[in-house]
Amino acid sequence: MDDAALLQRVVAGDASAFRELVVRYHPTLVKVARYYVGSAATAEDVAQDTWIAVMKGAASFEGRSSFKTWLLRILVNRARKTGTREHRQIPTDPVDPRQAQRFDERGMWREAPAPFTDVIDGRLSSAPLLAAVRAAISELPEPQQAVVTLRDVEGLSTEEVADLLDLSVANVRVILHRGRSKVRDAVESTVRGGE
Amino acid sequence: MALTKNIRCLDAVALISSYLDGGLGWRERRRLEHHLAGCPACTAYLDQLRVTVASTSTLTPEDVPSDVLDGLLDVFEKFHRDQD
Repeated sequence: MDDAALLQRVVAGDASAFRELVVRYHPTLVKVARYYVGSAATAEDVAQDTWIAVMKGAASFEGRSSFKTWLLRILVNRARKTGTREHRQIPTDPVDPRQAQRFDERGMWREAPAPFTDVIDGRLSSAPLLAAVRAAISELPEPQQAVVTLRDVEGLSTEEVADLLDLSVANVRVILHRGRSKVRDAVESTVRGGE
Repeated sequence: MALTKNIRCLDAVALISSYLDGGLGWRERRRLEHHLAGCPACTAYLDQLRVTVASTSTLTPEDVPSDVLDGLLDVFEKFHRDQD
């Protein structure tokens, strides 16, 4: 059942519909909240408060945006009010210093990468691969974790992520590039380990 | 691992994530595609990143801790009881 249909049931008091929405989105809410607040416990509190706001406000949801966008907007507004972080350092240089080590002084690969497609073929969603991707995302710094989750897991557009997190599109692209490149490293280790 | 006159592998790799999202301007895109046409290593990297993003998009949500779920459902049921 899609989000909008579940929300209609939530308005009617259907606890199982509410449960389904929480199961779908709670982990993402916690990750995005973590971008704003200083501790995992506070991020969890902000996410739970968001659900309480959703249950109280469900009847007034007009469907001008998707449920997901509406939900994330509530979360971000609450997280911003709660947030105690110093202004974050957002990287602007697209060249990741960690990645730069893979290139020589002329900017060419020291060791050429090999395509994944041949090795992985048909195992895109194999359990070990997905476990490696999940673990790599959970180890990313908070801005990369929030951006990769919103863009690649939840499927928001780059522009939507920028708008939600109040970042420039260029910043989102740099953060995404860095985050994806670390997740790629994890996939590579899994692929090589499985050869 | 060709070194084209316009772009190095190091610079190409920094553009590939945005390229996958259709986020490059035409000039950057043309420069990158020119590089990729002569560089199997960066083309392999493009493949790696494409597979990585595709795998990430198939992730299912992690489990919500049962105490969190139970606590929220208690609040939900109380809220709707009070509404009646």
